[in-house]
Amino acid sequence: MKICCLVKEVPDAAVQKRIDPNTKRIDRSGEKNLNPFDTHGIEAAMQIREGGDAEVAEIVAVTMGPESAVRALHKAVALGADRSVHLTDGSLEDSDVCATGYALARTLASEEPDLVLLGQQSDDGECYTIGAVVADHLKMPSLTQVIKIDVGDGKLTCERQAEYGYDTVEVELPAVISVGDAINEPRYPSLKAIMGAKKKPLETQSIGDVGIEADRVGAEGKRTEVLAINPPPEKEAGEIIEDEDTNETVEKIVAWLDERKLL
Amino acid sequence: MAGILVYALHDDEGNFNKNSLGAVSEAARLAEELGAEAAVAVAGDVADEACAGLGAYGASKVFRAKAAPEGLAQPLVDVMANVIQDEGFSYALFGGGLLGFEIGAGLTARLNAGVTMEVTEVKVSDGKLVAVRPVLQDSAVVDVGYVGEPGIIIGRLNAFDATERDGGSAEVVDVEVELSDWSTRAKMVTRGEQRGADVNIEDAEILVGGGRGLGEAENFKLAETLAEALGGAVAATRAVVDAGWYPYAAQIGQTGKTVAPKLYLAAGISGAIQHKVGMQNSENILAINKDPNAPIFEFCDLGVVGDLHKIIPKLTEAVKAKKGG
Amino acid sequence: MPAAPSKYPPPVDPASEFVSEPTESEDERIEVGVAIVGGGPAGLACAIKLMQLLEHEPDLAESLGEVPVAVVEKGKVAGAHLLSGANLRPSAMRELFPDLDPSEWPVFQEVTKDAVYLLTKRRAFPLVPMPPNFRNHGNYVTSIAKLGRFLGEKAEEAGVYLLTETAADKLLVSERIVRGVRSGDKGRGRDGEELANFEPGSDVVAKATVLAEGTQGHLTGAAIDYFGLQGLLPQRWELGVKEVWEVPKPLDRVIHTMGWPLRKRAKHNEFGGSFIYPMGEDKVCIGLVVGLDYTDATFSCHDALQELKTHPFVRGILEGGKRVGWGAKTIPSGGFWSLPRTLSVPGMVIAGDGAGMVNVPELKGIHYAMHAGMYAAEAIVAALKRESVNFDAYDERVRNSVIGEDLYRSRNMRQPFSRGFFVGGAIASLMTITRGAFPGGRWHSHPDADEEMELAGAASRYPKPDNKYVFDKLSSVFASGNATRDDAPNHIRIQRHVPREVAQAWVSMCPAQVYEIPEDQLEGHGAEVDLNITPSNCIQCGAITAKGGRLTPPEGGDGPLYQET
Repeated sequence: MKICCLVKEVPDAAVQKRIDPNTKRIDRSGEKNLNPFDTHGIEAAMQIREGGDAEVAEIVAVTMGPESAVRALHKAVALGADRSVHLTDGSLEDSDVCATGYALARTLASEEPDLVLLGQQSDDGECYTIGAVVADHLKMPSLTQVIKIDVGDGKLTCERQAEYGYDTVEVELPAVISVGDAINEPRYPSLKAIMGAKKKPLETQSIGDVGIEADRVGAEGKRTEVLAINPPPEKEAGEIIEDEDTNETVEKIVAWLDERKLL
Repeated sequence: MAGILVYALHDDEGNFNKNSLGAVSEAARLAEELGAEAAVAVAGDVADEACAGLGAYGASKVFRAKAAPEGLAQPLVDVMANVIQDEGFSYALFGGGLLGFEIGAGLTARLNAGVTMEVTEVKVSDGKLVAVRPVLQDSAVVDVGYVGEPGIIIGRLNAFDATERDGGSAEVVDVEVELSDWSTRAKMVTRGEQRGADVNIEDAEILVGGGRGLGEAENFKLAETLAEALGGAVAATRAVVDAGWYPYAAQIGQTGKTVAPKLYLAAGISGAIQHKVGMQNSENILAINKDPNAPIFEFCDLGVVGDLHKIIPKLTEAVKAKKGG
Repeated sequence: MPAAPSKYPPPVDPASEFVSEPTESEDERIEVGVAIVGGGPAGLACAIKLMQLLEHEPDLAESLGEVPVAVVEKGKVAGAHLLSGANLRPSAMRELFPDLDPSEWPVFQEVTKDAVYLLTKRRAFPLVPMPPNFRNHGNYVTSIAKLGRFLGEKAEEAGVYLLTETAADKLLVSERIVRGVRSGDKGRGRDGEELANFEPGSDVVAKATVLAEGTQGHLTGAAIDYFGLQGLLPQRWELGVKEVWEVPKPLDRVIHTMGWPLRKRAKHNEFGGSFIYPMGEDKVCIGLVVGLDYTDATFSCHDALQELKTHPFVRGILEGGKRVGWGAKTIPSGGFWSLPRTLSVPGMVIAGDGAGMVNVPELKGIHYAMHAGMYAAEAIVAALKRESVNFDAYDERVRNSVIGEDLYRSRNMRQPFSRGFFVGGAIASLMTITRGAFPGGRWHSHPDADEEMELAGAASRYPKPDNKYVFDKLSSVFASGNATRDDAPNHIRIQRHVPREVAQAWVSMCPAQVYEIPEDQLEGHGAEVDLNITPSNCIQCGAITAKGGRLTPPEGGDGPLYQET
């Protein structure tokens, strides 16, 4: 089995994220890191490899992003991937979900994976959608926000929490699965693995290399447009009451809860 | 025709999901402004009556794909892509929830369409829809427009209220859609299994958060009985988790979980920024604290300055009485 | 009752706990040429210089193996744990990067104007003429957090292995020769138990080890104990708390202040001052530095900085602005007499702040650290070529360089200030003018933790947070980017049951609200209290080590993520 793990470089959780009013995109000048949700995808791949229910021939980390995204790939490799693929091209800049999903799918198609794993969301975009977009392009079955994977013969049995409770779904391979952070506790890379990461093969691809049509990505290919960025609506100042007569206070609280249909 | 097609999710008994009904209401409102119609796509053999009943929320038509299984996204991508193309819908709208995200994402790929998710508001501007989406932990709000058609709008949970209007019954149209080969390669084994024991605080609609103001570990009982009366779960601050009063799984904040319930009742919580970032997006924040200078009083909706040991037991009784009666 | 923290020493024995023989088999351990601990100015300058020198020494480079130079850094990136003023004297940058134009340096601007003010509660009096030690013309305002990132990139470009998020836990020594370091374990629980994702540390074995850990270096402290390298006088520290502000109007000068809000009565022993530097057109930084030999247990450097910001003169600079960064760090201030007896032992050298290479009266240390790193590189290359692990040439080089000379000149500067601000100021000015000849000799000095602490009322003045200009400690910790895992083991060694005065001193001193006296013991009259501690708040400033405790490195990657401090 060949597993591709989609990974993304995102602003570090500790960095105050903001939108650049000029480009209308996230300001990426600060510290960046491997999207924490994607580390759960890599860990899931490692657990499939180590679990013994399937022979995993190769784990490949795949990303799309600027030059700096190489660091995210190094981290992914330190966590267990065997090699990595970096799709990078000036014309990809400013891609939206539609364009990004298409570009990633083209890149993955050239790898012909049996399983694509990724985190259910990115720490910055929080779109939750890339997995399902990629799956439709690849014509593969897909499931998102999965919290348990069991490997069977040519298929996976996955669990996730949906609207009405927990669903158990059987998915035939090849497939695209996005995972939630409840699925596992990612390992720490060993110092040896970190030092070895830079020596593992890293392939850099441009859009032409994987057959991406230039007019379907970047500013030209995107299908949404940010029209305005506004500060969040000001929250009205709350009402403060002093508890003098507790019975009266409780009455007020209950009335307040009732008014908001919280009872 | 700039119509809006909505996906309505239902359970195994054919009851529609309230987020879906909210989306139908929202679509009807927007369609009226656009001078177009709002229609609904439904999977599975849902009764005529139930489908037609969506008219009450403003749907003019319901496209029913009896052969498509409900509960998995990809068959619905096939159904909705077909209907959108055959009938010329300009937008697809989804209420908050997992399946809406997946179907919307699939349509994005299938129809090369723009998508916006976690949408809290939809506006009409120059005869087109503009989706409003909070981003970066709600620190900013962006207005998103669409290039070409269709545009796909996926709502945030509880963003759209289900409101009945005087619409009559919707016309029910059965559609035959050939499912894609890959849409049939995922199969539901069990759906909607209840696992009550492990309450996930991230999914709870009502949370009672306990902080150091509770005084001691034993007083978490107060929070627990109140949460039980309200039908919610109990959360905690780092300080009390550190002190060993409550398990780490219940910790809210920067280094714990992030929640956005309908009600967050903060009991004895000062509201330091490390806690605030984990719960500030709660719809309603009610704080009880004896320190009038506690930062939580700066961002709560209702603040009660007083002794929680006196207030909470009485509040619990009052809530029980109100709910019982 | 006044009490000295040093009477309640931490449960720790650095020389035995933090020094060990290499334990891993030859297959398991990681072999590198030179292991450098700390990705700051000293360590990275050393790493870059080593790569430059090795370019001309192909045989030696070959013999150092696949990883000729590795830098072990506990922060998330190089610079994540760095905080300083900072006015950079450019000599070291010029020497390390002779082909790089200053326009390509990570600096904000060259200093063209500077001023010193004496503050009273409401007014600011410019000191004219300005004391010579405060002159900064020709220096550059920089952010050391940014400088760290810059040097880290340069080092990686040069082929250095920069191992971030990795703590150096133990010094590996056999036959009294330093053999490398052991990296810290990851994935331990609160009680030290191995969690499911536990990953043990590794022995990093090297032909030469450079300790460039910065202030309160963990292994530096252990090495000083183990090899008996204590200087003639004990090391002393000051604590600096600093904020970065976005401001509507640019600041045109480098400003230092003395006086208020520090109290001038000798018995309080509040020695220090503030700095306010421009950072380009739209930002300024402001910091307050105070010697840790003050005696009021309720004194808090963080809150004194908040108080400083209420001064009309300071408020005028910050008006309409927004705080965007915060952090704290200790500064070694013992100067010349506190330098380790020798800076090298077989297999190892110590460079930078860890060794105390700071010129306190001039508030300079970054260029010393970088110079020292480069000298270390030279000495190591020269020795390794001879297949020797004797790096004594480094020690000699430092003492005969600008570092040794400058520190010698200001050797007695720190001590007179314990006699109160005005007496100290007068003597210090004379020292500067006479280049250290007056008053001469070696002044007495004792460790900061020996000061008897008493409850003397500093806290009663501190302003309440308004979250606009005045901030509490917890929201400040948040602004440092600290997001440490809560269930990690406690990395701070202190006695938990101590006299109220000692406990209060730690509570007030710590800018990150790590220590708390339990609520039910706050009001009581008990002479001793039981401290609560929240180690995940810790931003690793090092103050606790100066004042009677011992900081050890937490899990690699923990702690602040300073951006522009």
